[in-house]
Formats: sequence, C-alpha cells, structure tokens
Amino acid sequence: MNIALRPSKIIRRLSKIIRATALVASLFVSMFAATLAHGQLEIDIVHGAPEPVPVAIPDFLSSHPETDQIAKDMAAVISANLERSGLFRVLDQDTYIEKQTDINYQPRFADWRVIDAKALLSGQIVREGPNRLKVEFRLWDIYANEQLDGKRLATTPDNWRRIAHKISDYIYKRLTGEGGYFDSRIVYIAESGPKTNRRKRLAIMDADGANARNLLADSDLVLTPRFSPVFEERGARKKVQLITYLSWETGRPQVFLQEIETGNRELLGNFSGMTISPRFSPDGRKLIFSMVKRGNSDIYVFDRGSRSTTRLTTNQAIDVSPSFSPDGRKIVFNSDRGGSPQLYIMDADGSNVKRLSFGDGRYTAPSWSPRGDLIAFTKSNKGKFHIGVMEANTGKGERLLTNSYLDEGPTWSPNGRVILFTRETRGRNARASIWSVDLTGRNLQKVPTPGAASDPAWSPILP
Amino acid sequence: MNIKLLMISAVVVTISACASTPEPAPVKQVQEQAPPQVFEPEPEAQITQEVVEAPIEAIPSGPIPGTSEHFKYVSGDDRVYFGYNKYDLTQQAREVLRSQANWLGQYSNAIIVVGGNADERGTREYNLALGARRADAVKAFLVSQGVAPGRITTVSYGKERPIDGGSNEQAWAMNRNAHSAVLVGGGTS
Repeated sequence: MNIALRPSKIIRRLSKIIRATALVASLFVSMFAATLAHGQLEIDIVHGAPEPVPVAIPDFLSSHPETDQIAKDMAAVISANLERSGLFRVLDQDTYIEKQTDINYQPRFADWRVIDAKALLSGQIVREGPNRLKVEFRLWDIYANEQLDGKRLATTPDNWRRIAHKISDYIYKRLTGEGGYFDSRIVYIAESGPKTNRRKRLAIMDADGANARNLLADSDLVLTPRFSPVFEERGARKKVQLITYLSWETGRPQVFLQEIETGNRELLGNFSGMTISPRFSPDGRKLIFSMVKRGNSDIYVFDRGSRSTTRLTTNQAIDVSPSFSPDGRKIVFNSDRGGSPQLYIMDADGSNVKRLSFGDGRYTAPSWSPRGDLIAFTKSNKGKFHIGVMEANTGKGERLLTNSYLDEGPTWSPNGRVILFTRETRGRNARASIWSVDLTGRNLQKVPTPGAASDPAWSPILP
Repeated sequence: MNIKLLMISAVVVTISACASTPEPAPVKQVQEQAPPQVFEPEPEAQITQEVVEAPIEAIPSGPIPGTSEHFKYVSGDDRVYFGYNKYDLTQQAREVLRSQANWLGQYSNAIIVVGGNADERGTREYNLALGARRADAVKAFLVSQGVAPGRITTVSYGKERPIDGGSNEQAWAMNRNAHSAVLVGGGTS
C-alpha cells in the first residue's frame, strides 16, 4: 500500500478501492495528511460519507479477578465511542475466531481477515497493586500485518473510563489523521419541572454522557455555560478547567466564572446591568459578552488579568452572542442592526464590522469552529430551526445539518468535526435534549442524559 | 373579598362560641345525647349580624391597597404584550402602563421590577437581549409618566419564563410580554 505519492486526482479515482479497504484508505489519507491541503482531508471525512471501517475490539485481557469487569467495560466504552463517531463499525465479538492470550504477540492476521476486520485493538490490564492499573493496547492493521500504535497507560481503577476514552482518541487519530474528541467533557443545563415552571441547573458529564453530576447545588436558573479553551495551573501539579455561565442569583442575569475542580466561583466584574452571552477568548485570558444598558445590548471584552472592560460595539441594535476565531483576531456575533437577526464579523478590537449571513430567515447563536474554517449557527426560517455551518471568511457555502421545531445553540467538538446542540420538542409537554451531528449531517444522534438537558458546551481534550 | 367577610364572621362566631361556653352545666347527664346540643349557636345570632355589617365600609372591594394584587387589579394588568420580534408599545400597552404609572404615583414608596419575556421561537441569547429591550421599553414609558427611574429595575428572562406552555400563535403572543412585579409594596403617601 506504500504506492508512490501522487496528487489528489488519484485519490478520487482510488475511491472505489478505498471503499473496499477502508482502513487502507484512511491510512493512505493519514499518510498524506502532511502533504495534502486540508481540503482534501475534508472530502474524506467531512463532505463524503465514508463507509464505516470494520474493526474488531475483543474484551481486554485481565490477569486479576478485580480487573475482569473493567477489562470488559473498557472494550465496550471504546466500541461505543468509535461507533458513535460514525466512522467505525465494531464487529460482533461472537464472530471473532482468534482468542488472544497475550497481546505482546502478533495476532493471526488471517483469522481477522476472515471476518473482514480492517483493524484489531488488543488490550490488557495489569493490576499493579490495590490502587493502580496499567493498561496496554496495540492497534493492528490486519491487511498490512503490522502494528499501527501501541501504548501503556496507568491510572487508578476508578479512572478507567478516561483510559478508555484516551485509547479511543489514539485510535481515531491513527486511523483518520485527525485529533479525536472522546476524552472530553460537556457542561450543560439539567432541566426539570413543567414548561411554565422550569428549573435549570448547571451540570457536567463526560462526552459519552457518563458521570453526569450537578456543578451548582442551589441554582434555579442558569444558562449558557461555556468552557475556557485552556487548562490553568493552580500550584505545582494541579490543573483546573474554568467555565463561564449566566445565573440569575443576584436577581438579574449576570456572568459568572467557576473552576470545575475546586468549585470556586466569582461574579464577573462589577457591572450594574445585565451581562449575557459570555465566552472565553482562545487563550482563556479574556471574556467576551454582551452588556445591557438602557435596554440595548452591546459587546464588551473583559481582561481577566487587568480586570478592565472595553466596549466593542456601540450600535443601537441588539448585539449579542460573540464568539472568537481560534486565532483570537476576529469575532463573529449576532446583531439585528440590519432589521433582522444576522451574523456579523469584526476584528477583535471592534473595527471592520461586516455582515456575514445573507440567506433567508434569521441567523443567531454563532460559534466559531476550533479549526477556524467554519462558523456554526442557528437558523430559523419558515417555522423551522436548523443548525448549519458556513465558511468563516466568506459566509458562503452554507449547509444546514438539522431541521426540527426547535434546534439551537451549536457547540463544537475539540477537533471541529462534530456539533452538539439543543433540540426541544413543541407543545406543553415540550422536552429539551442534547443532540450531536457530524459535518455531513448524516450522523445525527441523541446524547444520553439523566433528564431533560440543554445548552451543551464541549470542552477541549482533557490533559 | 367575600372570603374576607366570611373569615371575619367566622371569627365572630368562634369568639361568640367561646363567650358562650361558661355554662359547664350537667356534664354527666348529657353524655348519652351529647352531639345535637353542643353545636347550636342560636343565642348569638344578633351579635353576628352587627359585626358583619361593619367591615363592608372599612375594607374596599378588591385586594389590599399597595400590594402587587392591588397593582394588577387597579392597572388592569401587570403585563403588557408585544408583537413578534418587537419591543414597541401598542396602544393597549400604553393604556395599561398609564394605569400602572398612576398607581405608582399613588403608592410612591413602591418599587417594581419589570421582567422582559420572549416567545420560544427565538434562540436563547437573542431572546435575552430582546427581553431586555421590552423591559426597558416599559421602564422608559413609566418614567415618561413621572415615575422616578430609581423605583424601576429591569430584568430579562428571555424565553425562560413562559406563562403559556403551548406552541401556537396564542401562546406565543401571551409569552411576548413585560411583567411589572411589585417588589416592595407601597403605603399610601
């Protein structure tokens, strides 16, 4: 398969062969990743819908009774992660012919070819004392007869899910050439009560919906939590992750900051009015948000270091929902200065305002992709709501990924390939839930949550 | 208000019942046929009539003055309603707000919070901004009618506080409102 490197045309012609041997295809692409323009990669993962790559994931080997269950669960979590991405199909364990007893020996590739596995994940767990696990894995290319990746990770037993997510990310990266998103978290709003008396509380869960818990005990109305893109050092070896959100606990909506690990929180600034729609800058040092003065909302930026606030827009219209480009140089925001809510873009200092959206309907809630290439938004038109994306620089190339009574508030996966959003049903028994959709729009799934849920925000990959 | 009258007369009856008890008469004999006698309040009928009449003049018909119920009762409504994606005040809204301003003029210690609300057909953050607009439109009008700005605070709830859970034109129209809530009631000035 190490055929000579050829320009992009060949790739398209190879697509049939690629479909037959999808793993080879993705390996092929990943090898080209360094030399090809980004656009070529996007055709493979984003615009095209590749056949899911069939992979085999037997239960991990366990050498101690205490790790038997984890060994099974580990394989199950990794399988669920990969399946959910839509890029992989995990083959039924009952069809596996070879039962490996030691992952340090090569698998019998022929046995795996029989069931059409393109890749095999072998793993084992070694218990190194009562409170320590060592997890080893090897990822095999069944058709090239070679190991693609192999790593050893150590953790405490109660932290095994994170190891499973890390391994999922290694596999995703090795087979697609792009960073994964499994070892990450989602902050969201847990909803309860009837529609006319909703209780909305701050909550967090793993990216796969596990480990859901409340982050703020006595909250009745909290909205729009968002992560800082960076982890901050607290002391020698401690890292914390910050979020910002809106709470009405002072009687009006105001922006709060909170450290997830410590629970420490603060009210942002000392503003007399309402502050809404907060987001961090890419370096985590600033917050951008809207402040309401005399009923009019304008966009401001707050510097956490100097605690100074700078006003960026002075328009008489609503200016809300600002979102930084990942390089920190531009801001996309929502304004009705043209008569209806549309997306606008400006430089980080507030200059050079340009309208970005020109399609039918109302455009709101923009979110700049962490890759920088796309802006996701909510569009409402003719009684329907859509999550869509457009090119960040031009506003062109609009693609609507979803369609329902009420879809809103897109947030990006750390690799910019998947979007989470809120979907709410209509009527008196309306219920909100979190959904995910990939950039093809074909892989649309509900994210499991313990109860009704809304306003998801996706964290960066955990350290 | 009828409830209040009833309560008052009930109190009167109780009091009179208490007043009538000092007759601890033939305890042992009554045991066999007790129930019918204990519950007869006959002799006090006259007293009851007297007291019932008195409060009718003292308590005006309607909620207690200066309370939020009174504010709503006198103003006609504690909410004004808006068009889709609009925050300008309709003629009807202005009338209600004039009455609210009158009440605030009468109860000059009262402080209100105006909460701006939006229907569910907008996205969350935009609706928060829109709700702020609506709340401010109400505040600005009340101030123009002579209410001191310091007595009115505004808050936006966006689409988070619908009063009608339906997903139809009628419900949306109800949910596009600004609600004036009496935070501190007023004594008469």
